[in-house]
Amino acid sequence: MAQHQVNYIQDGGLPVALTTIDKVVNWGRSNSLWALTYGLACCGIEMMASGASRYDFDRFGTIFRASPRQADVLIIAGTLTKKHAEFIKRLYDQMTEPRWVISMGSCANTGGMFNTYATVQGADRIVPVDLYLPGCAPRPETLQYGVMLLQKKIRSEKAIKAQKPKRLL
Amino acid sequence: MRRYVPKDDVQKKSYYTDRYWVAPQVPKEKVSSDKVFAEDLKAIKAKFKVLDAYIQVEQMVVYIQPEDNVGVLALMKNVLDYTQLSELSAVDFLSQRGEFDIFYQMLSMSKRKRIRVKCAIKEGEAIESVEKLFRSADWSEREMYDMFGIKVNNHPFFKRILMPDDWEGHPLLKTYPLHGDEFAAWYEVDKIFGKEARDIIGPEIRDDAAVDRYDTKRFARLGHEVPYGAEIPEGEPAVATEYQEDDGVFLIERFEKNSSTVITDRDR
Repeated sequence: MAQHQVNYIQDGGLPVALTTIDKVVNWGRSNSLWALTYGLACCGIEMMASGASRYDFDRFGTIFRASPRQADVLIIAGTLTKKHAEFIKRLYDQMTEPRWVISMGSCANTGGMFNTYATVQGADRIVPVDLYLPGCAPRPETLQYGVMLLQKKIRSEKAIKAQKPKRLL
Repeated sequence: MRRYVPKDDVQKKSYYTDRYWVAPQVPKEKVSSDKVFAEDLKAIKAKFKVLDAYIQVEQMVVYIQPEDNVGVLALMKNVLDYTQLSELSAVDFLSQRGEFDIFYQMLSMSKRKRIRVKCAIKEGEAIESVEKLFRSADWSEREMYDMFGIKVNNHPFFKRILMPDDWEGHPLLKTYPLHGDEFAAWYEVDKIFGKEARDIIGPEIRDDAAVDRYDTKRFARLGHEVPYGAEIPEGEPAVATEYQEDDGVFLIERFEKNSSTVITDRDR
């Protein structure tokens, strides 16, 4: 006896769900947000904790990838120094469209407490940022919440559009 | 009236000059008060000119001439058994005396003593590398060049260690502004986008005290999220956080706040 019985009377007797292309594509995109393994400072520890078993990012479909070619979302987790700015720009350029950026923590948002000559005063001076997470460092719950908000943002976008490349300039 | 100071070129002068602050001095003792140090100093004095020597916090400080640095350190390593160079750097005394103090912190494991060898060099002068004697001097001398701009002769791989290779200026100088000069302020913009992008990206916001809860471009509003740059009217009501749209999400079960569990026991 099958445990899950198919209700053949439902939906006019067909096992079919009607929807739009936008919703299907966005459902796929928003539930398989592969993030680039990119911990720059102490926020990276919280990002690792988010991926580990207690907080378990996998249930959101968020898997950390070691290559920007395979990543959809760039989580800038930590202090972005001026020496490192060109590398983050290069990694962002190597990601394929559509791509999103989460700026995690005070340092990536505004430079944070590092109001010095060597720190980029906000990662949005280098790459376009979709989501800013406050905190020093933000707890894994905040990052998960941020990913859920990003999913909501992706669902509200049109799936098939002229892919205007997101650039700062 | 306060003396007029031209503020055009901040790098030309030291930005921190407190007329009334007196640096606290740790009391100095004579070298003769310690038998081991007295013999070490005697051995150094036999071969090299010693400008000054005293004991401070159980460590001997010896001032030598900058051209003797390799000779003194070789003598201390091979004869006096100070086998470790634990630290090497410089101190900026340009505004007080017009020179740098370079110090070599030496440690003897057998005697259980530390000696600090110091020498003063003028700005623009170079010092001989001690990397042949102590491998630890390799990175320390590169850092000294990076932070103070002191050149080191006969170093095996002489370049900056911390700052980017194309960086201008030496950040640990007292004359270097903490927030950076113009080169530092535009470094990443100039390098990535080019100088013509300065107008588009705009200057850095360096005001620590600037907090504006109605500024939605630079401040996050946890629990009251609005899109980037949205206008918020003053005194708007708090909105409950919704993870999903009102009409639900395709193929995903609706998240019900009432049926969810809040974990209060952290050790669950």
